Amino acid sequence: MELITSLFPWITNGPLIAVQVMSGLSVGMFLFLISVGMSLIFGVTRIVNLAHGSFYMVSAYFMVTLIEVMPERALSFWIALLLAPVGVAILGGVIEVTLLRRIYRRDPMMQLILTFGLILVIGTLVLLVWGPDNKSVPRPDALAGSVRIFGQPFPSYYLLVLGLSPLVAVGLWLVFYRTRWGMLVRAATVDREMLGALGVNVSRLYTQVFVFGSWLAGLGGALAAPTVAVALGMDADVLINAFVVVVIGGLGSFAGSLISALLVGELQSFGILIFPAVSIVLLFAIMAVVLIVRPWGLLGRPEE
Amino acid sequence: MALLEVAHVHTFYGDSHILADLSLDVAEGEVVCLLGRNGAGKSTTLKSIVGVAPPRSGRITLRGQELAGLPPFRVAQLGIGYVPEDRRVFPNLTVHENLEVARRTWAHTGGDGATELWTEDVLFDLFPILRERRRQLGGTLSGGEQQMLTIARTLMGNPDILLLDEPSEGLAPLVVEMLREQLGRLKASGLTMVLTEQNIRFVSELGDRVYILEKGAVRYQGSMAEFLADETVRQAYLAV
Repeated sequence: MELITSLFPWITNGPLIAVQVMSGLSVGMFLFLISVGMSLIFGVTRIVNLAHGSFYMVSAYFMVTLIEVMPERALSFWIALLLAPVGVAILGGVIEVTLLRRIYRRDPMMQLILTFGLILVIGTLVLLVWGPDNKSVPRPDALAGSVRIFGQPFPSYYLLVLGLSPLVAVGLWLVFYRTRWGMLVRAATVDREMLGALGVNVSRLYTQVFVFGSWLAGLGGALAAPTVAVALGMDADVLINAFVVVVIGGLGSFAGSLISALLVGELQSFGILIFPAVSIVLLFAIMAVVLIVRPWGLLGRPEE
Repeated sequence: MALLEVAHVHTFYGDSHILADLSLDVAEGEVVCLLGRNGAGKSTTLKSIVGVAPPRSGRITLRGQELAGLPPFRVAQLGIGYVPEDRRVFPNLTVHENLEVARRTWAHTGGDGATELWTEDVLFDLFPILRERRRQLGGTLSGGEQQMLTIARTLMGNPDILLLDEPSEGLAPLVVEMLREQLGRLKASGLTMVLTEQNIRFVSELGDRVYILEKGAVRYQGSMAEFLADETVRQAYLAV
């Protein structure tokens, strides 16, 4: 016991642990928003959308511009939070209809090349429009400070994330399990051809799913914008994390994404405390173990 | 006029010529049986009509409307209901959800079948076991229950004509008996059906007319009574 406390002096520090848990939860919730959209798109269309992180980044840049152009300081953040994801959803819809629709039946390698190409194109466009300098998005006035939780300071903006994300998770659950559209989406993940033979326009469903998944990436990016430097590399960072989350949770599994995102969030949060040097490696080590033991992820389905 | 007409259809899988100049027609209210050995082209005929295996040439018309070349979902919306051989219930959806995804949500464009004859409730009366299983996942049903669910699911689209691919295959004798009785009730309701079968006993009372297929073309056609009376036809095309 003494050995443990001497190695990890924080272990007796309850408040620190509590704050660390909450910060892990916030990180996990961002990851959930992004990865659930990616997982949804893959589940239905079988496309691994490498540009998903780019959608997240574009949304953060939309936040920068929207807040700049709006005079109303008090409300501008909230209006931008509504509009930026919608803008990304429209972008996703245009990309699906003009590009992705043509390659659903192609070799998966072709699909990867196309979505990878999108990363480069979107990255360059962002550079042209917003320039190379980092931008920042101010937190809304009401959430600019910090609150004390068990005596420890905790940024109050993260309370918004912690409050909003469960609502989004519950909302998504309701959409998937309590609406006819959700039934169609779940049916499409297992047998698209049969669904089509039953009179469902599956290609329109694909577009809707892609738009919805893009909106989720946009929501993640818009919410994350005030917590990070809005910069050109943020697409790759988030893509890698979202990818790890989706692989651990199981591609196409809603509950898998949630559990795995929270797991990864906590892991990052505590990894930094325990093994600061290897916290990133830890993430990939866990992914590797999952891939060896359950290649289809914690809650995914094995491919037939 | 025939309700469904298939004329001079050629269908290929890659380079293999599966249907070679196949023609048949189905009248309103009729039950037509496609018989033939394995590989004769029975399943492919249905798949060509539905658009899952689109024909390379030939005409397929429903009430005079051309179906060949349309995507399967359009064919379904025009009034063709398809129950595939391997059943393909959605295993991750409940019985209720399996029916709900197939519910007709499009405007009816065909003939007189404009009323919504088949609803979940009506279908539960026909297949009472499905009512008991309503909240159960499709993947947990027995083979017979899955077959009933796929038939009920297709009927949720209120098709003008029901295509059934080997409905009795792989089912226990008792279940086959039950299914035969249920299909008889569908026929009595006036539903037009086309079914492929290996099991002549299964269709001998149900069918009005018979086509025998061999190597992707029709080799014999006649009424069920004529066919049953003709021992030489059965010997020539069906005996193994």
